[in-house]
Amino acid sequence: MPTAIKPHRRRSQPVGMTYQFLPEVKKYTTKMAASGETMLKKPHVGKKRKPPTRYWEGTEENGKNDGKKQKEGDNNKQTPQQNKKRTKEGGKRGGAGEKILSGKSDPFPGSAPVPEEKLKKFKRGEKGELPPRPQYKLRDVVVRSEAASDLAQKQNARYDLMLPEDAGFLEGDEDEDTCTISQDDIADAVDITAGAKYFNLTLSQFGPYRLDYSKTGRHLLLGGRRGHVTCLDWQSKQLMCEMNVMETVNDVKWLHSEALFAVAQKKWLYIYDNKGIELHCIRKFNDVLRMQFLPYHFLLATASATGFLQYLDVSVGKEVVAICTKAGRLDVMAHNPHNAIIHLGHSNGTVTLWTPNQREPLVKMLCHQGGVRSVAVDKTGTYMVTSGMDKKLKVYDIRSYRPLQSYFLPAGASCLSLSQRGLLSAATGDIVQVYRDVWGTPVTKPYMAHRAKGSVWGVHFCPFEDVLGVGHGEGFTSMVVPGAGEPNFDGLDANPYRSAKQRQEWEVKALLEKIQPELIGLDPSQLSQVDHSTWEQRHEDRVQALGFDPLAKEKFTPRLKTKGRSSSGKVEKRKKQVAHEDQRDVIRQTVEDRMKIDKERKEKEKKEAAAAGQKSALDRFRK
Amino acid sequence: MAKSKAARKSGETMKMKSSREMVVQGMDDEDEEELQCALADDIISASEDEGGSDDERKHCKLLEAISSLGGKKRKKLTERSEASIQVSEFTVNAEGEGDKINLSDLIGTLDKTPSALIKTKKQLKNLQHNQSTLETPLTRKETERIQREVAFEKTSKEVSRWQSVVLQNQKAEQLVFPLNQEPSGPKRIEQVVAGWKAQTPLEQEIFSLLRMNKQPLHDPVLTPTEEASLRAMSLEEAKIRRAELQKARVLQSYYEAKAKRERKIKSKKYHRVQKKVMRKEYLKQFDEMVKTDPAAALEELKKMELSRMKERMSLKHQNSGKWAKSKAIMAKYDDGARKAMQKQLEVNKDLTLKLVIPADEDEEDEEESAETLPDFVNDAEHILDQVNPWMRGKLSTDPMVQEESNRLDPPVVRPRELGTPGEGRDDQEEDEEQMEETEEEALLRGFEERRKLRQTEDVEVAPMSMEENDDGKKAEILEISDDNEEAVEISDDEEAVEISDDEAGLSKFTSLFHGLVNNHMEPPADQPKAGPGVGQGESPALLEEGLVRVRTLEDVELLSQDVSASDPAPLTTTQTPGTEETDTQSATQQADKKRKRKKMIDPNEVLTKEAKVIKMPLAPTAVEDVEGKEEQRVIIKEAFAGDDVISDFLKDKRKQEEAGRPKVIDLTLPGWGEWGGLGLQPSRSKRKRFRVKVAPPPPRQDQKLPNIIISEKRDSSIAAHQVCQLPFPFENPTQFERTIRSPVGRTWNTQNTVQKITAPKVVTQLGAIIEPIAREYLIKDNRQAVTGPSINLESDQGPQKKRRSQQKKKHKRKKN
Repeated sequence: MPTAIKPHRRRSQPVGMTYQFLPEVKKYTTKMAASGETMLKKPHVGKKRKPPTRYWEGTEENGKNDGKKQKEGDNNKQTPQQNKKRTKEGGKRGGAGEKILSGKSDPFPGSAPVPEEKLKKFKRGEKGELPPRPQYKLRDVVVRSEAASDLAQKQNARYDLMLPEDAGFLEGDEDEDTCTISQDDIADAVDITAGAKYFNLTLSQFGPYRLDYSKTGRHLLLGGRRGHVTCLDWQSKQLMCEMNVMETVNDVKWLHSEALFAVAQKKWLYIYDNKGIELHCIRKFNDVLRMQFLPYHFLLATASATGFLQYLDVSVGKEVVAICTKAGRLDVMAHNPHNAIIHLGHSNGTVTLWTPNQREPLVKMLCHQGGVRSVAVDKTGTYMVTSGMDKKLKVYDIRSYRPLQSYFLPAGASCLSLSQRGLLSAATGDIVQVYRDVWGTPVTKPYMAHRAKGSVWGVHFCPFEDVLGVGHGEGFTSMVVPGAGEPNFDGLDANPYRSAKQRQEWEVKALLEKIQPELIGLDPSQLSQVDHSTWEQRHEDRVQALGFDPLAKEKFTPRLKTKGRSSSGKVEKRKKQVAHEDQRDVIRQTVEDRMKIDKERKEKEKKEAAAAGQKSALDRFRK
Repeated sequence: MAKSKAARKSGETMKMKSSREMVVQGMDDEDEEELQCALADDIISASEDEGGSDDERKHCKLLEAISSLGGKKRKKLTERSEASIQVSEFTVNAEGEGDKINLSDLIGTLDKTPSALIKTKKQLKNLQHNQSTLETPLTRKETERIQREVAFEKTSKEVSRWQSVVLQNQKAEQLVFPLNQEPSGPKRIEQVVAGWKAQTPLEQEIFSLLRMNKQPLHDPVLTPTEEASLRAMSLEEAKIRRAELQKARVLQSYYEAKAKRERKIKSKKYHRVQKKVMRKEYLKQFDEMVKTDPAAALEELKKMELSRMKERMSLKHQNSGKWAKSKAIMAKYDDGARKAMQKQLEVNKDLTLKLVIPADEDEEDEEESAETLPDFVNDAEHILDQVNPWMRGKLSTDPMVQEESNRLDPPVVRPRELGTPGEGRDDQEEDEEQMEETEEEALLRGFEERRKLRQTEDVEVAPMSMEENDDGKKAEILEISDDNEEAVEISDDEEAVEISDDEAGLSKFTSLFHGLVNNHMEPPADQPKAGPGVGQGESPALLEEGLVRVRTLEDVELLSQDVSASDPAPLTTTQTPGTEETDTQSATQQADKKRKRKKMIDPNEVLTKEAKVIKMPLAPTAVEDVEGKEEQRVIIKEAFAGDDVISDFLKDKRKQEEAGRPKVIDLTLPGWGEWGGLGLQPSRSKRKRFRVKVAPPPPRQDQKLPNIIISEKRDSSIAAHQVCQLPFPFENPTQFERTIRSPVGRTWNTQNTVQKITAPKVVTQLGAIIEPIAREYLIKDNRQAVTGPSINLESDQGPQKKRRSQQKKKHKRKKN
């Protein structure tokens, strides 16, 4: 069955995917249950793929004109007028005195305009009002900071044209669901490099597999339940190492780079390098079931069967904190990439949010009636998707903890994973389904579906690629999911094409910019806020941290005197004396304070009286 | 005692005498001044001695001394009294010595104008009677205080002039040291050409030279002379001339190369031969020249004479060199050495031989040269002046002054006889003596004389040159300072103008940008009203009520799902027991309406949110499809028979709320003021009185969210990194938070932005000397203050200011 697939553009042609249009292709159209109008509003659910905007096309004027076109019928006159205006303005701007040597005037004076939409994208916070003039120092500071943030915003908006790539999606013909298109069809339709991203690894021997992609999306780590651990550069299919740890493997996770990975084995947590050499066996982390790595904090968070949530700082190799959650076996875990908070799912249907700084959950949400089977958090930290034993799939807005959508899956989802572009993959038994935009309009059918050979054990979207990795009982499947990955990568953060040297440099920089675990909190912008706590609160914190009160008055202990002067009566007397003195001091202080307050009040009253009341005739007799 | 004194006195006189003698002796070799001084001394001492009453005086003194012995004033010093008091030279006796003199006595002799006399007398009397005394001067303390006050006022006035500068520097975003630096970066050509001023002394010198030679300074157009020459010469002519010049240059270079090559040859013999050949050739040429061109020959002769003179002036061939000295030592024993020396001397004699010149001419010369000797020195410099200005020695004189001086004394080429008079005379003497003395003696003599001559010349010339130098230096300094001042002023003005220009541009830019931002801010995206603050208050009773209802609802939902699952169409379940079943869209719409109507979250709604059934294209193999619905329900029910998840959760929540509530402090003491004991309770009034009530805590964050428990515990770990006290200029936290809202790092910003945002407050140039701020800066600053502060937000004033500054610029150009 021929298919037409929307081309997914990517900056680098050779490695990235480009789907070719084949001549015998038949077109499919989507059969979405929801109405088209609502769909159009959402940018990433757009039916038609817009060509990537180029800087010479998209300007402010164009945007305005488009808006006006819809409103008004004839718009032919408008564009030239506007152009004129602009040129006039430009003339004013440019022609204000600066003569150019050649005598010609600049046809495009001033700096190029920045589209407002892009400016909006890089807006950071609201602008405040300027303080009044007399406070010139404050005014200066505010003005300067405003100017700086404006500049930053504008420059960022300008440089946004460096990221022109847009994601494409699979499009079906009329009366055809995209979910019925098989992976083989897609692989046939697309070019060779993209087609090569659909592949199966048949590893039937060592049981269901868990998997993890490295941050750059180049490397794949597979861990079979029966001890088979392998890591490979999946694009070139180059095997880096393969071994059997001869123990049950609960989970595998890449650490900050593709040089190290952690394996949660039957008893302990092990760390290997990419040659398969065991570097560490961490005895403090036992019975680990799930792991999450926080890349900017260099923290490996583990959830164990004993109910412990532990944090390991991989940059120094120290345990940061071990928290007993008191919630039994912890086998559901996710982390919020936005604020590095760990989400744990429990058997009583609750999801709890954790930081290493607090021994109780920040938030406890009752999500399901049965136990929670899987949790996934969106890249922006806005949405959380949970699936439970009650066969429901729920979407929450975790900024306000509101339920957004609730779906009923006949078989219930065992594994969830969210892609960078917001596609959700849910595994039910041996079927992997991919949903698009689960939090927007209610979804009735999946975007794509694929039947794996065995029951699915782990799913994971590959960063910066349109690929979904599925680990199952019979091995591993790499699925092609158009529109899953982020087309524009940040070369300084996670560069899929980086060299060894670049990786080293990145590592050093990342270590220098490591965020301390104390800064993890629900609101990542909390650091930029003024601490409103009272002095008492701060003092309490200090006392707690130090273990004693540094400001506490030391108790008077009478000196020992000889010749009967240290008799108990005398000692008591002395004590009383001192206590009396102290009390007198306190009383004196309070009296002074009261006097002061009284005086101030009187003065104030006097002033007020002078201001309010006119002089009466009897005032002259007043003293 | 007296004796001893007398003896001392005599000793003194002796000393004086001896000193006088010494003075007389030393007079021989002292100058005239000293001599006069000594003479004066002598006279004074003589007058002292001459007094005829010397003996009387002595006697008096003696008597005094004796009388003083007995008295109390034992140690009264002997005083010298002037003789004139006792005996006057002018026959005026000092009778009334001790009497008081009235003021009116002084005018007693004036009796020609009696009225005036009376008047003055009266006045004088008045004056005498006037008892008012002068005020006593203030004490030192007071005067000093006053002085301090005055000085303080003065200084504070002076210092307060810097106030604005200081303020500006405090306000400035970035200070670049050293001050008055040229802004880096590319500049427009106009700026570069117009704004450049000679600053360093070297530049000024070069410029003065250029001006003197009428070279173009400001606009790179041709000089008048060049223009004239251009007009004068046609292109072809110019080409020919150029070719000629080229040829000449080439030839010159060839010859230079050749000469260099030949000079490098070390062979003495070769050089000797060469010299001989040259000489011969020269002679031949000269002979020919005498025949053909006598004038040229004369010229040549003069040249020869000049060279001879030079030879005579120099120490060449005078046996004064190293070689000659060594030979002189050897001459006693070695014949060859002696001969060599002789040869040398002969050469010298030949060279220094006085040429026969007519006597009268010589005399004239003598006279003339005696008069013009200093002129000659000066004139020589003048010549140098005009030929090569670099060699004038006086650096950086004003070209105008130079020109003027040139005009005043036009370069009259004076008849300069090359033989100086002194030399001529010397030569004569030498000639005369030469006959008598031996050669060696002559040699020595000659040397000595020459040395003397040189010394005298030096003495004569030196003061002149010194004076000149002084004058020149003074003039130079003055000029330089003038120039500097001018230059600085001008440059300052221009800078100010430029700065104001920039400001205007910036303000315009900012205004535009603000406009853009405002436009952009006006239509804000209607954000979803979220958060716990939206809803209204909910009574705990309702919550508790909801507990029961929720459970029932869940069951209902499950049941309804069973029904709906069999339907092929996407079905919806009942939202609340009261509502009817509708399709999804209408349901959502209703929900929206509801949300608007009552902004409270219903726990029922939250916990039992309707679920959309998703159709699956591929049925999972593990679980059988629709048929097992009933079984499923049963299974689920069985699985969760024991635990009621929701009630557990709500219990938990209530517990948390309880824990968060502050406890009432009970301070009652049982048995205090009343009977106590087992089974006795303190009275109610007492309990009421001693129970301290605590203010209720702020509402919980999860008050409106039934299925959420949010921890109210303060996270103090981040507090250590937060700002806990508001920094200085800010007045409220929001202001401060807004200023730090946008990140600064490279991760979020472009490289340029980062560099701009994180520019240091003070920039110093490496290796540059940071001098204290100059007074000129004040003037400049004042001007700047007129144009406005550095940061300008008002867009309206931008262009005006610009125009103003431009006008200023134009003005300046005109002035220039």
